[in-house]
Amino acid sequence: MWTESLPFAKRFAHMTKHDKLSNSFRNQPDERGHFGQFGGRYVAETLMPLILDLEKHYRAAQADPAFAEEFDDLLEHYVGRPSPLYFAERLTEHVRKEAPEGKGAQIWFKRDELNHTGAHKINNCIGQILLAKRMGKTRIIAETGAGQHGVATATVCARFGLPCVIYMGATDIERQKPNIFRMRLLGAEVVPVTSGSATLKDAMNDALRDWVANVHDTFYIIGTAAGPHPYPELVRDFQSVIGREAREQLLERTGRLPDLLVAAIGGGSNAIGLFHPFLDDPDVEMLGIEAAGHGLEKEHAASLAGGKPGILHGNKTYLLQDEDGQIDEAHSISAGLDYPGIGPEHSWLKESGRVRYDSVTDTEALEAFQLLCGTEGIIPALEPSHAIAAVAREAVKLDKDQIILANLCGRGDKDIFTVAEALGTEI
Amino acid sequence: MTRLSQSFQTDRAALVAFVTGGDPTAANTGAILDALVEGGADIIELGMPFTDPMADGPAIQAANIRSLSAGTKTADILNIASAFRERHPTVPLVLMGYANPMTIRGADWFAEACVDAGVDGVICVDIPVEEDDSLGDALRAKDVAVIRLATPTTDTERLPEILNNASGFLYYVSVAGITGLQQAAQASIEEAVARLKAGTDLPVAVGFGVRTPEQAADIARVADGVVVGSAIVEIIAEHGADAAPHVKDYVKSLSDAIRSAR
Ligand SMILES: Cc1ncc(COP(=O)(O)O)c(C=O)c1O
Repeated sequence: MWTESLPFAKRFAHMTKHDKLSNSFRNQPDERGHFGQFGGRYVAETLMPLILDLEKHYRAAQADPAFAEEFDDLLEHYVGRPSPLYFAERLTEHVRKEAPEGKGAQIWFKRDELNHTGAHKINNCIGQILLAKRMGKTRIIAETGAGQHGVATATVCARFGLPCVIYMGATDIERQKPNIFRMRLLGAEVVPVTSGSATLKDAMNDALRDWVANVHDTFYIIGTAAGPHPYPELVRDFQSVIGREAREQLLERTGRLPDLLVAAIGGGSNAIGLFHPFLDDPDVEMLGIEAAGHGLEKEHAASLAGGKPGILHGNKTYLLQDEDGQIDEAHSISAGLDYPGIGPEHSWLKESGRVRYDSVTDTEALEAFQLLCGTEGIIPALEPSHAIAAVAREAVKLDKDQIILANLCGRGDKDIFTVAEALGTEI
Repeated sequence: MTRLSQSFQTDRAALVAFVTGGDPTAANTGAILDALVEGGADIIELGMPFTDPMADGPAIQAANIRSLSAGTKTADILNIASAFRERHPTVPLVLMGYANPMTIRGADWFAEACVDAGVDGVICVDIPVEEDDSLGDALRAKDVAVIRLATPTTDTERLPEILNNASGFLYYVSVAGITGLQQAAQASIEEAVARLKAGTDLPVAVGFGVRTPEQAADIARVADGVVVGSAIVEIIAEHGADAAPHVKDYVKSLSDAIRSAR
């Protein structure tokens, strides 16, 4: 699909003509892991040598064609890539009914919900478990919010025969029960986290606590493009398969690039995976969608819209916090977006103005969820339902011949209980 | 001579005592700090509460939650420190905590606030040397000690980087793990302290997992300081607003053991 098994370091060679220029948006982070003022390595000293070692191994893996080959092979035959690029004709028609004369862009979806395990999370897990193997680590830990990353991690651990411990907030366990059972079926130990708000950020705290105590044998598979350097970079690189495929597929099908990319943002991994290969295409606009929960003036999870820069979980980035720097609890109907921070590259892309960010409420996401079910016969996860709501909002502003490409980063099987409850239905 | 360097003597190890500020409430902390001093603590480590104390075990996590639930603000911590400074002009006090509460108003603001409150040094858990410029420069400019942590994973190659620009004392975290768990084996502590002391003239204090007077005495025989935290915090958890006399008795048992160790 993409240029056959080039090592990661050369992966983008056919589009990197801008990279040497200072005005490229694709040459972050710097050698200290900083994206402008964001990112970095804010971890306890115990973890620091390990993080440096991880970076060293990642650099070696990037230069090794065998690593890229194994990654590509697993993505193709185990994950089921490339995922399809799909023109959502009925959704496009539906949106055009509400649009002014001549407006109503074509809506296309990158179908990452068709991946093995049902979301984009597996792309990153494949990459990280291959790194863990290279480093000789024998035990895997991870945090999870919606359970999708936990399931993807448990899956690759089963596939590679490594023991796996998943930290998950007790509140999230309650709302994502099917995924707990999946993880256990796959052989993972799921540890309920009751500290703090008992959601994703607390699960990440406990995973970090496990890691400092087990640095000698344990690899931490972080589930989003956040955490200490080099995680934001390597998660982005593994997820960039989404954007690279989408770019080639759309060029092949339509002969042109999209006018607007849209993706939902929890920590930002599916969004950066879609955006990054297009960042130096000046005519491609990008829109990242945060979860506005009950509304931006109430409880929400939109750290760019409602937060300010601070330091948490190993990186400097926008955070929901009070004036003393105490972290606020986030709220979103979607457990995967329910996090008070965001990956550092998005903070930088916001400040640089390259990517636009907006938000969508619980209610709007629920409507979009049902809209996609009814128009396209696709049950989306609640996370990309946020992106779909924004797509409908944006499409009416664009001309009919313009193209919106959105990331359908997960399927909705895991969310049917939450949605049923929100709609007042018993199942 | 700074308050910190004076508190390390040649004939015995110093006792460094940690409590979380504002636990159980900001109004109780003054009396608890006095109890630490009366019990024989040489250096006070005042924890700044944080919602997400990633490097702490259950005891100190719970202390952070108690403090924040009682409404403790950064301003309260600074007030506790300056009131302590008035009552105890010679006892060094260092603030320990996480990067976000320390840097949220800017590193310069925090350094200034430390000076105003009579704070002698700062230990920031999640700012390693690699990110030193986000806080260290501002503190050094105001002569506030930047106290560095070394751990079992800090190898000989990395140690000089940690010692570069370090001041006050070197805090050896004897266990790769979170606060409050088991103590490291004495032999590994002795080996590590010898290695660290070969690289620095700074006093070396050892902490993590120290709970009994016997453990404190063992460390006091080889190190310049013994740090005790979770065990004190657990007494506060048990006795709440009435914790001060219990804290004093316990700290005295540690202090007596340290004083007769060598
Ligand atoms: C389907 C799906 N989409 C999106 C997310 C949010 O994560 P990110 O922003 O890293 O893509 C999650 C997280 O669990 C998810 O499961």
